Amino acid sequence: MSSSIAIKVDDLTVAYNYKPVLWDIDLEIPEGVLMAIVGPNGAGKSTLIKAILGILKPIAGSVSIYGKPYKQQRKLVAYVPQKGSVDWDFPTTALDVVMMGTYGSLGWIKRPRQKEKKAALEALEKVGMLPFKNRQISQLSGGQQQRIFLARALVQDAAIYFMDEPFQGVDATTEIAIINILKELRKAGKTVVVVHHDLQTVPEYFDWVTFLNVKKIATGPVKDIFNDDNLTKTYGINYKVSIQE
Amino acid sequence: MDIQEYFTLVFSDYTLRTITLGTAILGAVTGMLGSFAVLRKQSLLGDAISHAALPGIAIAFLITGAKDSNTLLLGALLSGLVGTFWIRGIITKTHLKSDTALGLILSLFFGFGMLLLTFIQKQPNANQAGLDKYLFGQAATLVESDVWMMAVVTSICLLVLLLFWKEFKILLFDKDYAKTLGFNTKFIDILITSFIVLAIVLGLQTVGVVLMSAMLLAPAAAARQWTNNLAKMVFIAAIFGALSGVFGTAISASQDNLSTGPVIVIIAAVFVFISFVFSPTRGLLFKQIRIIKNRRDLELHKTLAFMYHIAETHDNISHPHEIKILNNFHGFTKGTLKKLVEKHYVTLQGSTWSLTKEGFDSAANLYNQLSKNDE
Repeated sequence: MSSSIAIKVDDLTVAYNYKPVLWDIDLEIPEGVLMAIVGPNGAGKSTLIKAILGILKPIAGSVSIYGKPYKQQRKLVAYVPQKGSVDWDFPTTALDVVMMGTYGSLGWIKRPRQKEKKAALEALEKVGMLPFKNRQISQLSGGQQQRIFLARALVQDAAIYFMDEPFQGVDATTEIAIINILKELRKAGKTVVVVHHDLQTVPEYFDWVTFLNVKKIATGPVKDIFNDDNLTKTYGINYKVSIQE
Repeated sequence: MDIQEYFTLVFSDYTLRTITLGTAILGAVTGMLGSFAVLRKQSLLGDAISHAALPGIAIAFLITGAKDSNTLLLGALLSGLVGTFWIRGIITKTHLKSDTALGLILSLFFGFGMLLLTFIQKQPNANQAGLDKYLFGQAATLVESDVWMMAVVTSICLLVLLLFWKEFKILLFDKDYAKTLGFNTKFIDILITSFIVLAIVLGLQTVGVVLMSAMLLAPAAAARQWTNNLAKMVFIAAIFGALSGVFGTAISASQDNLSTGPVIVIIAAVFVFISFVFSPTRGLLFKQIRIIKNRRDLELHKTLAFMYHIAETHDNISHPHEIKILNNFHGFTKGTLKKLVEKHYVTLQGSTWSLTKEGFDSAANLYNQLSKNDE
C-alpha cells in the first residue's frame, strides 16, 4: 500500500439546523484503498461525503486532497450521487448524462465535442451500457441508472472516487458490474470511498473501512478493525449474534 | 371581423401587426423559459413572481406619476426580483417548505399591491385610471416600442441560453453534481431565475398578473409530452407559446368583448389538453390503447402456450382436443379462441380444437422470445 495520504479530513463538524450530524471527524485515507463507510441510518455517511465535496458547508473543519485544499483539486475527484437524488424523468438520454462527466474539464461555456463523446462511449462500454446509449433515462431499470451514474464518474478520469450507496437496490448484474469497476479502479491505483450498507460484503469487496456514527468510531484496514467490538460500538447492538442468527 | 379577415389584415394593419407580434414573441420567450421552471419543479414560482410584481407597478406610479409601460414595468421588475429573492431566502434560511414560502410571498405581495391600487384609485387625480389593466392584461395597449423591448429581451435570453446551455442542463438535472464539477450553481441559478422574472414582467401588460404563470407553464407542460430531448422541448415550448399568442390574438380580435390575455391562456390550455391526450409516447389515449392491446396479446399468448404444451405430448401436433380442457386460468375466453382461429393458429371441429403447424411454430417461437427478453 502506498504511504501517501489521498484525503485528509480535520475536525470536520456538520449540522443541519441545530443538531450535529457529524462531530469532529478526523480522517486520513491513504492513496489506493477501496474504503467502505459504514454506520446505521442517520450516522452521517452521505453527509460526510457531501461535506468533503463541498456540497454541504461544514460548521468547522477542513478537507485536503493530496495536501492541497479541495477547491484546488476538484479535477482529481469524481462523485457518484445516490440514484434517488435526481429526477429520472428528465428529458435526456443515457449518453447525454454520461457526457456530463466531461463538463468539469470543459469548464464554462465550451461545448462537448467528438473527444468528449468518445470518452463517454468508452465509459458506457465499461459499465456494459453501450447498447442503451440512446435510451431515454426513465426507460432504464434502477440498476442500469446506477451504472449510468458510475459511467459518468468514470468519464471524469479522476484519482479519487466518492460513491454514495452504489449498491442500493440494484440487481445482480449491476452489482457484479460495479464490483468489477471497483477492482479495476484499485488496480489503476485510484482511491475509492463508498458509502455502504451491506455489512456482510464489506470484507469481500473492500480493503479499508471507516465506522461512523456521528463521530468516527474507527478507521483502518478491514482485516485489522472489522470486528465485533467496532460493530457493536457503531450499531449499539451485538452484531456477531445478529449476523449469525 | 372574422378570423379570415384577421389573417388578411394582420400584415397590413399596424395595430394588429404590433399586437400579434408582441403576443407571439411573449409566448415564445415564456415557453422557452417555462421549460426550465417546469423541469426544476418550480411551477409555482412563476405565479409568485407575477403576483409579487404588482406592488412594484403601483409604487412606480406613485413615485413618478408616469403611466408609460417602461417605467411601470421597471417597478414590476424590481419588486418581482425582491419577491423572488425573499422566497429563496425563506427556503434556505428557515424550515419552511418551498410551497409555503411561495404561497406566503405571493399573497403578501399581491395583497399589498391591491391595497396600493385601491389607494391610488381613491386619489383625486384624473391620471390614475388604467393601472388595473395589469391585473388581467390588455394586449390592445401594446405599442411598437413595447414589442421592440420584448424582441431585445428575447434575443438576449436566447443568446444566454445558447451560451450556458450545458450549465443550465446540468443544474436542472443534478445540482449537487454540478457543484462538485466546480460550477458556481448559485450564479447559474440566479441567472436563470432573473430571466424568468424578466419574461414574466414583460408579459404583465399583455396577459396580466393573475394569468401570467399559465404562459410560463402551459407551453412547457405541453411540449414535454412530445419529446425526450431538452433542446427539442424548449423549442417546441417556444412554438406552442408563440402559436397561443397568435391564435389568442386572432380570436380575441375577431370577436367583440373577448380580452386577449385570457383567450391566449385558454389556447395554451388547449395545447396542453391535446398534448396530454394525443402525444404518441406519453399521451393518455395511446397509453391506454397500448395497455389494452398488450393485455389482449397476453391472453392470446397464454392460451396458445397452454395449447402448445398439450400438443407437444402428441406425435401429431394437430391431434384434436376437447375445448373443455381449456380453462380461463390460462387466459382462455371464447374471444381468444375466435382470434386464434382468425390467425389460422387453430382449427375447430365441433367441440374440439387442434393446433395448426403455423400455430405450433408461433407458440414455440413465443418461448424463444420470452427467454430472450429475460436475458
